[in-house]
Amino acid sequence: MSVSNSDVVAQPTSFAFSPDNLARAQTIIGHYPADRKASAVLGLLDLAQRQSGGWLPRAAMDYVAELLEMAPIRVYEVATFYSMFNLKPVGKFHIQVCRTTPCWLRGSDDLTQSCKKKLGIGLHEVTADGMFSLIEVECLGACVNAPMVQINDDYYEDLDPARLEAVLDALARGEKPSIGSQTGRQGSAPANGQKTHAAEGGGQAGE
Amino acid sequence: MLRDEDRVFKNLYGVEDWRLAGARSRGHWDNTKDLLARGRDAIIDEIKKSDLRGRGGAGFPTGLKWSFMPKQSDGRPAYLVVNADESEPGTCKDREILRFDPHMLLEGCLVAGFAMGANACYIYIRGEFYNEAANIQVAIDEAYEAGLIGKNACGSGWDYDIRLHRGAGAYICGEETALLESLEGKKGQPRLKPPFPAAVGLYGCPTTINNVETIAVAPTILRRGAAWWSGIGRPKNTGTKVFCISGHVNKPCNVEEEMGIPLRELIEKHAGGVRGGWDNLLAVIPGGSSVPLLPKSICDTVLMDFDSLREVKSGLGTAGVIVMDKSTDVVAAIARLAHFYMHESCGQCTPCREGTGWMWRVMERLVRGNARVEEIDLLLDVAGQVEGHTICALGDAAAWPIQGLIRHFRPEIERRIRARDDRTAAAAE
Repeated sequence: MSVSNSDVVAQPTSFAFSPDNLARAQTIIGHYPADRKASAVLGLLDLAQRQSGGWLPRAAMDYVAELLEMAPIRVYEVATFYSMFNLKPVGKFHIQVCRTTPCWLRGSDDLTQSCKKKLGIGLHEVTADGMFSLIEVECLGACVNAPMVQINDDYYEDLDPARLEAVLDALARGEKPSIGSQTGRQGSAPANGQKTHAAEGGGQAGE
Repeated sequence: MLRDEDRVFKNLYGVEDWRLAGARSRGHWDNTKDLLARGRDAIIDEIKKSDLRGRGGAGFPTGLKWSFMPKQSDGRPAYLVVNADESEPGTCKDREILRFDPHMLLEGCLVAGFAMGANACYIYIRGEFYNEAANIQVAIDEAYEAGLIGKNACGSGWDYDIRLHRGAGAYICGEETALLESLEGKKGQPRLKPPFPAAVGLYGCPTTINNVETIAVAPTILRRGAAWWSGIGRPKNTGTKVFCISGHVNKPCNVEEEMGIPLRELIEKHAGGVRGGWDNLLAVIPGGSSVPLLPKSICDTVLMDFDSLREVKSGLGTAGVIVMDKSTDVVAAIARLAHFYMHESCGQCTPCREGTGWMWRVMERLVRGNARVEEIDLLLDVAGQVEGHTICALGDAAAWPIQGLIRHFRPEIERRIRARDDRTAAAAE
C-alpha cells in the first residue's frame, strides 16, 4: 500500500501487545530459529493490526521492530510492501472486492458499484458511522466461485449485487451471515451436483 | 473421463470430514513409516519414474528437483518450503487441498522432506486464506498429537517439524525466491539465481520449494506406483491434475481430470459448457493469467497439458482455465491483467517496474481505440523488452498476455482505432 501526504492520519502515541497477543507473538517467534526472529514480522504486524482495530499505527510498527530487534525502517518497508496492512483506519467491516479478470468476467464491477451506492462511499473511504470501508483488490484466489469479496477474514462467493447487499445488511444488523458460496454450492463443485465421486459425495449421478 | 478410483483428491469439494479421522478413512497417513523405510533414493527414483511435473506453473520435473538437494549435509540444515501462496488469477485449486484435505499436504511434506534430507518444513500460505490457514493449523496440531510429525515422525526415526507461515498480500511471493525473502521477514523481492535455493535457500541453507498440489500427490504416487501415475495422461505429461474452470461457463468449478484431456471435453463435461454453447466461445486463457490466450479455433482441438499447450504458444501454467464468450471485451479483459501485473510488480527491476505501468496505460487506450495503429507494434516492442530482462518471471508474465492478445486479436484492436478515427473525422467535418 502506498503512502502519500494526503494519507496522514491521527496516530496513537504508544502501542503494546495485550497479554494474550504477547503470548501469541511468542508462539509465532518460536516457529523460527532463535537468530531469525525477523521471520515473525508478518505474523506480529498482523496481530498488531487486529489489536488496533484493523489498521497499523506507526507506534505498532515501532513496537514490533523493538520486539524483533529489527531496525524500524525494515518494518516500515514490510508494512508498506504487503497489501494486507492498512496504514490508515478502515471500517469495522472492511470490504475488498476482487477486481481481476475472472471475477470481472462475472460482474465484479456491478458489486463495486452497488457497494458504493448502498454505502454512499467511494473506494478507500469509510462510512460516517465507521461500519464499512470499501476497496478493490487483485485476485483473491476463489475464481470458480466468482464474483466474490472478502470482508475482514471471510470470503463471500458466487455473488451478485442483491446477494452482496443481503450480506452487508446482515452484518449491519450484527448477524453473522454464512461464509463461502451465497448460492449454496458445495465448495467449488459445479452447481446442481458434482459428477465426480458421486457415490461418495452423494451428488447427482455421473454419466 | 478419469475414473473415480484414479482420482487422488477424494475430498476436493469438502463433502467429507477434513480432519485426521476423515483423512485416514481416505487412505492418508496409512503406514507412512513404510514409505519412509524405502529410503531417500528409492523415493526420489519413484517420483522421477512417475514423470511428475511441478503443479505450480513451470512444470519442472519434481523428482529431478528433489535430487538437487545435497546428499550429505555440510552442517547446515535443509528445508522444504511449500508454496501455498496461490495467487495466479484463474487459480483456486490449492485452496481446496488446504481447507478440505490438509493432511494430504502434511503427509506429502513429511515424505518429500525426508527424501531431500530436511527435518523442517514451512508452509507459506497467502495471508488472505485465513480460514484455510486455520484448517491447516488444526491439522498440524492433530499430526503432532498423533505422532505423525515431530520427534520420530510416524515411528520412522526421522524428526520432522512443520510450521505454518502466513503471508500478507503480495502475488510476487509466489515466486520462490521472493517467498524465501518474505519468509525471512523482508519485502518479497526475488533473488538473483544462481545460487539456486537447493544450494542457498532459506536462511542460506539448502531449500526446495514445491507447490501444494505437487507435494500432496507424492504419497499416493509412492503407494500406487510410478507406473500407475505415468499410465494416466500422455508421455512426459502424466497423472491427474486439478483444473479450475472460471469465467463464462454454465457451471464454473474445480475438477480433477486426466492430464491431456481435450479443453473442449473438460469444459463441456465438467463445467456445463460455454455460456450460449461452444460456438459462442471467443477465447480461453488455459493456464492462469500469465499464459497467452487462445482463440476458439485452437480451443476446438487443443489438449490440456504442458507440451500440447506450449506447441500452440501458450502454457498449462497452473491449469486455471479462464473462459471468455463472445460478449467479452477481450481487450479490456487483458487490460485488467495488465493492471494486475502493474499492481504486483515488486519494483526491483526497471523494465518490469516501469514497463508494466506503461503497458497498462497503452492497453487502456487500446480498449477505447484511442491510439495510432503503429502503437500496436510499439507495445509489442516494449513487451519484448520487458520479457526476459528481469530477475524473475513476473516481467515475462506481464508481457505474454499482451503478446497473445495482439497475436490473435490484432484486427479487433485495429478496428477500434479506425472506428474512433472515423468518429473524430466525422466530428471535425
